[in-house]
Order: sequence, then C-alpha cells, then structure tokens
Amino acid sequence: MSVTLESACELHPQVAIRPEPFGALAYHYGNRKLVFLKHPDVVAVLQDVASYDSVADTLRAHHVAPERWDAFISALSSLETSEILRVRQ
Amino acid sequence: MSVSNLTTQLKGGLDAPICLTWELTYACNLQCIHCLSSSGRRDPRELDTAQVKNVLDQLRDLQVFYINIGGGEPMIRKDFFEILEHAEHNNIGVKFSTNGTYITADNARRLATMNYLDIQISMDGADRATNDAVRGEGSFDTSVAAMNFLRDANFGPFKISVVMTRHNVSQLDDFKKLADSYGAQLRITRLRPAGRGADTWNELHPTQAQQREIYDWLIAHGDNVLTGDSFFHLNAFGESLPGLNLCGAGRVVCLIDPIGDVYACPFVIHDQFKAGSVLDDGGFAHVWRESDLFLSLREPESAGACTSCGNYDSCQGGCMAAKFFTGLPLDGPDPECVIGAGESLLKSATVTLIPKPSMNHSRKVSITTGGHA
Ligand code: SF4
Ligand code: SF4
Repeated sequence: MSVTLESACELHPQVAIRPEPFGALAYHYGNRKLVFLKHPDVVAVLQDVASYDSVADTLRAHHVAPERWDAFISALSSLETSEILRVRQ
Repeated sequence: MSVSNLTTQLKGGLDAPICLTWELTYACNLQCIHCLSSSGRRDPRELDTAQVKNVLDQLRDLQVFYINIGGGEPMIRKDFFEILEHAEHNNIGVKFSTNGTYITADNARRLATMNYLDIQISMDGADRATNDAVRGEGSFDTSVAAMNFLRDANFGPFKISVVMTRHNVSQLDDFKKLADSYGAQLRITRLRPAGRGADTWNELHPTQAQQREIYDWLIAHGDNVLTGDSFFHLNAFGESLPGLNLCGAGRVVCLIDPIGDVYACPFVIHDQFKAGSVLDDGGFAHVWRESDLFLSLREPESAGACTSCGNYDSCQGGCMAAKFFTGLPLDGPDPECVIGAGESLLKSATVTLIPKPSMNHSRKVSITTGGHA
C-alpha cells in the first residue's frame, strides 16, 4: 500500500472534486482522468485529509469505525495511484 | 459499489454533465457526407462572444471540468482563441475537433502554449482516396499538414479521430500506425445516422461482419484507443469493452448547439430531443436539472423488444439516436444489433416514417457519395 495510517496526505493540487448524488467526481486536469468516488465518507475524508498530520488522525476525526480503516487505506492507496491523492512532502 | 450499480446511478442523472459537447458554429469549409450536424452555412442566430463567455462562466460554476468543442468547423470563428482562453482562465478543459484547415504553423504554436487543451483532427480514411471520398478533395492533405504543424510546434499528443465506416474498418491497423508515427492517440467512434449521416447511413455504416471486426480489434487494442464509449452495443458479442456502458443522453451527455439550444446528445438534433436553451431564464443549469425532457430520460427505461434477449445487460439496446433516425422504436434493438434483431425490424413493414433532423445548414449543393470500388 502506498498510503499508510501514518501518511500525511493531501488532494493533488491539479484535482477538482464535484459532489454528485452517488458521491463525487474527481477530475485531474493534468492527466485528464475522471474518477468516480462512490462512497460519501471517502469523499469527506479525501477533502479533509490535508488538515491532519496523518490518515489515522483524519479517520478518527471523521468517526470512521476502526474495523473499516483497512478498507479506507486501500481506497486511499488506489486514489494515490491515480494521482487524485498524494503524500505530502 | 459494483459497476452496474454505478450505471444505475448515472442513469438517474448527475448535477452537471460529464460529457458536454458544444458546437460553436454550423459554418464549415468542408461538406462531409456524414456530418452529424448537417453543417455548412453559419446560422445568423449564432451565440456571440459575450454570450459564449457567459455560458462558459455558468459551466465553471457548475464545475463542468471539461467540454468538447465541435461544429461545423469551430476554428472558423474569429473569436475562437478568445473563447479558448476564456475557458482556460476558468479552469474548463477543452477538447476540440477540427478538420485542420485553420491549423497553420502560427496557430499550432499558439495552441501549443495553452493548458488543458486537447485537439482532435478528424480523418475518415488512412489514405487519400478513402478519406477524400467522405470529406472532400484535398482534405487528407489538409489533415496531414495540420498534424505536421502540431508536431513541429511540440503540441504534444493530439488525437486523430475517425468515424468507422464500411470503407475504413479494414484500415484500423493503418490508422493506429499513423497515430503512432505522430505520437498521437487514435480515437474511433461509431457512425450514427444523424444529420447528413442519415442520408448516407445505408451506404456507409459497417456491415455485420465489420461490426465483429471492430469489436475484436477493440478487445485487442482497447486500452490504447479512445472510443468515446460509443461501441457499447457491440458488448453483446461477449466480454464488455472498456468504458461506460449506457446511453448517456440527458443523463451524463448533452449538446449545446451554435444558437444555444440544448439537446440530449450531439446525435439527436431534433425537436423531440431539445430540452431548452441556454438563453432561457435559469440558463443551462435550469435546462440540465429541470427540463421535462431530461427528467424523463433519467427515468428507468423499458427494454421493449430487447426484454427477451439475454444480452440486454451488456448492450443496453444500443444507441437511441441510431434507433430514432432509422425509424426504430426507442425501446427496442439498435439498427446494428449484433444478433440482427434491428435489421429484421427495419426490413419489416413497421418502419414507415423516418424523422428528419430539425436543423439543416448544408450548403445548397448536391451531395454524392464518393467513388469507392
Ligand atoms: S443517443 Fe446514442 S450517441 Fe447519444 S448518448 Fe445515447 S448512445 Fe450515445
Ligand atoms: S436484441 Fe436488443 S439487447 Fe439483444 S443484442 Fe440486440 S439490441 Fe442488444
């Protein structure tokens, strides 16, 4: 996994997010990729992750149940692969 | 959420379109025999620069990430670069389709400096004879000149856009080679019987055997070739092609025409599929979100005569525009249905009245299909 609980992350600066009835659309202006985000709570975490020192802090602040953390890490990792999310330098 | 759940969600409609086509003008220097918008002459009611910019501002507010610009020949507009720059400043990506005539060395350099810009050069044959039979004499050389200018200006990977016809299916490998030689990306789309394409459909649309050829070719090359998700009716052959598998008309797709009318998709320029105008009160957002037509297109549809076919999940009954302009019922099989259900319906006596497009800006010259052996 490219993203771990300790990672400090942010939305990629070339990405815009548009809320939709099913969740949200994320669009990367650089690589022109359109990604469907189908879980509203993933969208909320994604939009907020830059305000926290780690993914774990973000999940805690969003009251994500610990048994779902693994699923979030894999969702965020795949978003990192499509350059929607990136690890802060 | 599974893929099919996403399809269901998308069918219910989005807050704003994903794939918005905007035809900036009906004017065109060419007279292609399959033109989807029957272009040729400029419409005097064409939106002016201020109106175009106002609509772009609306699209920015709706977070429409990118738009497809077409025509007619969009570069014929004197304010073309001004429009591109306004879109760029408002973070709206633009992909525009052009026949290449106005891509001079100077214009290519100017285009190469812009961000969020994709260019599609239209071609209909991988050689001069095949191409010019559809697009007119000299058009092959024009496209090639434009591509050379873009390459010399270091524009980057542009796109070569081909509508598949009976005469060019056998050239798929050649198109791919041509694109590769420019570091360009190949895009192939489906011919629909829209605009002048309705008049030439019978001679131009691929045969049943060629449909299979397109499908097999896409299965082999699909990841490197763009299709605008336009071949989903071929999914009935087996494994699904990559991309969205649904008719997006009024759900994720729409068209703004040169005078500001909003249609469900670029291939249904007909009053029955006109939802309103960007000039109406409430502008584009109101048309997209509230028009009776678009709301009804987002209702679950009936599969009609396709209900008994096991392929419906994968092929969705095909393309609404293709059915409409061949006179087939919208809730039945596509005219190019791979098991032949559309063809046999077309042969039966039930198809009597074939609708004509509501707009026709063709120049007043006779159009003949070119000299194919
Ligand atoms: S009518 Fe045809 S071309 Fe238009 S969105 Fe539907 S499937 Fe696509
Ligand atoms: S009958 Fe309908 S669902 Fe079946 S393959 Fe033909 S168009 Fe598709």
